Amino acid sequence: MSATTLALVGSVFVASFVEFVEAFTIVLAMGTTRGWRSALSGALAAAVALAGFTLVLGYAIRTWLPEALLQLVVGVLLLVFGLQWLRKAVLRSSGRKALSDEDARYARETGAAARADRTTYAGIDLFGFLVSLKGVFLEGVEVVFIVLTFGLQAGRVALASVAAVAAGLLVAATGFALRRPLAAVPENTMKYAVGVMLTGFGTFWSVQGLGWFRAGHESVGWPLGEWALPLVVLAWLALTRALVALLATRPSEVVR
Amino acid sequence: MRLLRAFGWFWWDLVIGDDWRIAAYVVLVLGAGAGLAAAGAPDPVIALGAVVALMTCFAGLLVRDVRR
Repeated sequence: MSATTLALVGSVFVASFVEFVEAFTIVLAMGTTRGWRSALSGALAAAVALAGFTLVLGYAIRTWLPEALLQLVVGVLLLVFGLQWLRKAVLRSSGRKALSDEDARYARETGAAARADRTTYAGIDLFGFLVSLKGVFLEGVEVVFIVLTFGLQAGRVALASVAAVAAGLLVAATGFALRRPLAAVPENTMKYAVGVMLTGFGTFWSVQGLGWFRAGHESVGWPLGEWALPLVVLAWLALTRALVALLATRPSEVVR
Repeated sequence: MRLLRAFGWFWWDLVIGDDWRIAAYVVLVLGAGAGLAAAGAPDPVIALGAVVALMTCFAGLLVRDVRR
């Protein structure tokens, strides 16, 4: 397995793990307050919808886009995703934004679930079902995007999917064994690492994809070829560490 | 109509997120890069120019937000 493939699998696994931790908190909150049948039905329905969404979107992107345009589309999506993760990670690391807290999320969700009216259909509580479905689907769509963008560009969709499914199973197994939110997971550090990887890969591929705009649609070549990729990732890491150091020294002010 | 609006918001929130300026500057920088590519600029100029511009915009936006 090449270093690039290893980085791809690692990034997909960690990104999926973080998203599934958030989804698990919602399902756990619905399961304990509204009943496990409703919560798990909602999660299962979301998983089926996500599988269909992945197949349709993956087929459409792979079939309709030429190579340089695929690099551009994938690169731009990864860049926009990655920079959003990175922005929050820098603000959190420099103390400018509250850290992500699964215990607080669990308390919010259980509080809302306890106040909601109970409407059942075929023995399933609709509130628990819908909140579970929405939570798993929304977090899952980000996983789908990351799996497809990384997987399609590197030609390793199956491997990327296995990494995401493994992350999901690990979160579910650990979470159900503990029966509480996975608050001990270093979610913020993981999000920071994923943000750097998404942004690095996104920069690399989107620049390659700019070749679609010139005659012949040939991809733009990087100085040093594939070796430029780890350097781009390191450059983003260095910039964000410098920003954390710079912003942490200024008077505190929470950013929206 | 409500369903359509909710569908639109879902995709906006997913792709653009809570800071639309990030997507805007990515499009602007890559648009400039596309212009360079179309004009026949050498590959290293396009690649290094895009990286420097993306990093400068990201750092500038973040520092400006915090100091505001």
